[in-house]
Amino acid sequence: MDIAFVIEKFILVTIIFVITLVIAMYSTYAERKVAAFLQDRLGPDRAGPFGILQPLADGLKMFMKEEIIPTNASKWLFMVGPGLAMLTACIGTAVIPWGSPIVVNDRIVPLQVTDINVGILYIFGVVSLGVYGVMIGGWASNNKYSLLSAIRAASQNISYEIAMGLSIIALLLVTNTMSLKEIVDQQHGWHWNIFYQPLGFLIFIICAFAETNRAPFDLPECETELIGGYHTEYSSMKLGFYLFAEYINMFVSSAVMATLYFGGYNYPGMDWVLMHTGPVVGPLIGTAVFFTKIFAFIFFFMWVRWTIPRFRYDQLMHLGWKGLIPLAIANIIITGIVIAIIEKF
Amino acid sequence: MEPLTSKKKILEQKPLTFAERIYLPAIAKGLSVTISHLFKKEATIRYPEVQREFSINFRGLHSLKRDEHGKERCTACGLCALSCPAEAITMIAAERKPEEKDLYREEKYAAVYEINMLRCIFCGLCEEACPKEAIYLDGPIVPSDYLRKDFIYGKDKLVEQPLTNK
Repeated sequence: MDIAFVIEKFILVTIIFVITLVIAMYSTYAERKVAAFLQDRLGPDRAGPFGILQPLADGLKMFMKEEIIPTNASKWLFMVGPGLAMLTACIGTAVIPWGSPIVVNDRIVPLQVTDINVGILYIFGVVSLGVYGVMIGGWASNNKYSLLSAIRAASQNISYEIAMGLSIIALLLVTNTMSLKEIVDQQHGWHWNIFYQPLGFLIFIICAFAETNRAPFDLPECETELIGGYHTEYSSMKLGFYLFAEYINMFVSSAVMATLYFGGYNYPGMDWVLMHTGPVVGPLIGTAVFFTKIFAFIFFFMWVRWTIPRFRYDQLMHLGWKGLIPLAIANIIITGIVIAIIEKF
Repeated sequence: MEPLTSKKKILEQKPLTFAERIYLPAIAKGLSVTISHLFKKEATIRYPEVQREFSINFRGLHSLKRDEHGKERCTACGLCALSCPAEAITMIAAERKPEEKDLYREEKYAAVYEINMLRCIFCGLCEEACPKEAIYLDGPIVPSDYLRKDFIYGKDKLVEQPLTNK
């Protein structure tokens, strides 16, 4: 392992981390703007032209506020909760292929921090760890309402993880590999997985909404139900971490969906473009296309949030266990039958 | 229990159809409604660059009026201060000197006339009580400020209408 390899990975990790944070920061701005335009009003437009500097103002506010720790709260767990939420949100970005490998100075640099051959399983594991951040936050607050909300959040998360895993199994039947790089390579040009697995994609996107505690499944944190939910007692930077981790989760979920079902950095006509733009610019165009898909998904997340009323807790459980799991199993069976028939002929 | 009128609507709770149970058609319809609002003009009015018109009877900032010769109408009779329910008006009367004949209408005038804008409720009772038609509430909204003392408006600052032709 030579020093150039270490430096290359280090630079890649730094760039991806910075891009993730900046995109999450401007997701907060976009959320407010999109919410406003959907509600016939303007969003923030006083901080800088068109309100562009609003996230910086919000960040400054988060830094300047006083950190309050409740008296009987377990101090260490109180601080670990948001940190864990942020950690599990950020490490999900490590296995996503951001673009085709670029060639710099006779050196092929893959635009993916690490291409482990159980990529999907890693993402799934990281998402499961995200439950801990919420649960610890709710428990450490020493507040029975936060605890209730944390319990609801945890049960919602684990219920929808099952349906997500089952839909991924159906995808694995089609792709025969768990490595994200190979899944993206199989979707070259127009052969996106959405055409092979439409039902699987539907289940996956519903579970993604539930996993990120977003849109119609945001019972754990909506203001009308439980004040603040599991982050009621948090203030200043710890609250900032929780809210930020939610937007990073949204970004990572969008990236995973775009990778698994919408072809990642592939687009029709990419061979022509790669031939004509050289080894450095071509893959970066693919990366730009990938980010366009991610932003489209993020917009969809926000669009759905301001359209659909939220699910009540029992309706949510009913949908997860009695609706999505049978549907996901049926999807696996149908996929298996279709693949067996196709292989016969 | 028997209903008291025959106008009661009987709610029929039919079980959900398949299309209703999968939620997706209803979601799609909702999404189309929401996205149509993205392309409509927004209803926001960008205050303070754009301001809406007030009605004719709107009561804003006070102003002490002058008569057709440019002399101040106010004679410091104190009826406005008496009628003010918030006790916002205070004044100190003074006698007109011979050389100030063009400035004030009568021999008594208000040397110091102060209205505390934080106390004032803009009810207009001072306007109704004034016998000399001296005070009217026809100004704009009182602008905001940082210190309490800056809200006590004196005679020279803002409670006066400047001379029209002199």
